Amino acid sequence: MRKLTEIRWHGRGGQGAKTAALLLADVAFNTGKHVQGFPEYGPERMGAPITAYDRISDTQIRVHSNIYEPDFVVVVDDTLLHSVDVTKGLKKDGAILVNTLKTKEEIIPLLNGYEGQVYIIDAHKVSMETLGKYFPNTPLLAAIVKVSELMEEDVFLREMEASLKHKFAKKPEVLEGNMKALKMAFQEVH
Amino acid sequence: MAIKERMSGNEAVSHAIGQINPDVMPAFPITPSTEIPQFVSTMIANGEIDTEFIPVESEHSSMSAAIGSSAAGARTLTATSSCGLALMWEVLYVAASNRLPIMMQVVNRALSGPININAEHSDSMGARDSGWLQIYAENNQEAYDNTIQAYRIAEHPDVKLPIMVCQDGFITSHAVENITLLEDEPVKAFVGEYNPEHYLLREDETMSVGPYALSPFCMEAKRAQAQAMMNAKKVILDVAKEFEAISGRSYGFFEEYRLEDAEYALVAIGSACGTIKDAIDKLREQGMKVGLLKVRVFRPFPGEEMANALKACKAIAIMDRCEGYNGNGGPLGAELTAALYRAKATAEVVNIIYGLSGRDVTVGDIEGIYEKLVKLAEGENLFGTYPYLGLRSR
Repeated sequence: MRKLTEIRWHGRGGQGAKTAALLLADVAFNTGKHVQGFPEYGPERMGAPITAYDRISDTQIRVHSNIYEPDFVVVVDDTLLHSVDVTKGLKKDGAILVNTLKTKEEIIPLLNGYEGQVYIIDAHKVSMETLGKYFPNTPLLAAIVKVSELMEEDVFLREMEASLKHKFAKKPEVLEGNMKALKMAFQEVH
Repeated sequence: MAIKERMSGNEAVSHAIGQINPDVMPAFPITPSTEIPQFVSTMIANGEIDTEFIPVESEHSSMSAAIGSSAAGARTLTATSSCGLALMWEVLYVAASNRLPIMMQVVNRALSGPININAEHSDSMGARDSGWLQIYAENNQEAYDNTIQAYRIAEHPDVKLPIMVCQDGFITSHAVENITLLEDEPVKAFVGEYNPEHYLLREDETMSVGPYALSPFCMEAKRAQAQAMMNAKKVILDVAKEFEAISGRSYGFFEEYRLEDAEYALVAIGSACGTIKDAIDKLREQGMKVGLLKVRVFRPFPGEEMANALKACKAIAIMDRCEGYNGNGGPLGAELTAALYRAKATAEVVNIIYGLSGRDVTVGDIEGIYEKLVKLAEGENLFGTYPYLGLRSR
């Protein structure tokens, strides 16, 4: 495993990219890591492009700058591929994960010639089948954990179950759907 | 037992506030400090603390209510940022001159304009001469630790001054990072009960607060207030020593990072200091003798102590996250340069304006400054006459 893993999230305001970044920091913290999860705010409005970041490390994190050469990039909304240079600075030995209904062959030409690994997931499908509503965060979280190999699937699922149980103590029915979404996302990302 | 947690800077200071359980909190929301009154009022609603929360219609009102509450004898708290702090201007001086030990959480943000919500020190730096104590933090841990120490400093009988506990907007206030918390009991025991000597609600003593004073008395009152600021120095160090005993974390007026044998030093405040430390470690590996003086306490200004720590350096860059609009640089630059002159330091000194309105600062930016400092010591000035870090040419 890498000593320091840096992840950049691209989404639109209201889609929960910041929440997803903070959730990833949370679950990494629970496995004993040093973490940093933070948003970069531009104009605060629904639908505007936003960026969020994660640093996950075995040692203390002191740096307080944005991430310019990430190991991994997650794109929450594939319409951003036309307006934002999402692969800028992305390491060749890293990977990009795109949430899309399209095929990988359709996505690759939109990545400015990125030479590293490309992964896609249809978070819409996963979310609708397991949660009945469109919450792309949960499937994307599982997908980036698989792509980045930040932790083993069973460790991740165990930590998520514990934290969701705590978070939804008053709504236990939500737990099952979320756990299904996480498990299905592990299978669906490719 | 220390508690390992992860939380944002705003969550961290709110957690400390919950452990302290102050008497009164008047507050008006403003980004990026809004979460603090939000978290505190949630704790109140959940019955976790019994602080009296006063929703007010402006920051001028929140500070005015804080003054009333503190004068009445209550341990008082508020929080703000940017133009919220600017709106308090008039009454900041009333709080300080009436010697009211109010704690204010300042989540540093740019003042207008252009309108911007991101980190800059212009808000609290603008209030640097209002008579408030000011303590700054590099990260969530320091913001938490400073909050726990704040009332002990402000309420000390030799001080009795209000205190701003500052952290960088978004960069630390909204970033989730690891933190080590103290348990409630040691925090409560450390902070203790507030028992002011004089207060409005004391039945056996009548007093007036904030009256007019004639010229024969005003100057003496102001001199006494200045003395309180000077007295704060000893108190800050004593409180830090006691805090180390319960936390294991040591604090002073400033932190010296690999400064002991440094020939080239940066002086900075706040979150950029973590980035500077990473740059220092990289450059040290290449054999460069570089270091950092991270300012924690800006008011009172530990000029003599800082100058002594920097005296042996060949070249120093003083970093201001604040424009002075005076053609002479930023506030830290101006005050520290004067202190270095008094200490007869011979180092080359440059004052750099950086990070305005949240402009990002990278390890590479900092490495570039150290490389230019080496040249400056050799007599070659690559900084120019009025250096701005990372300024775009178009």
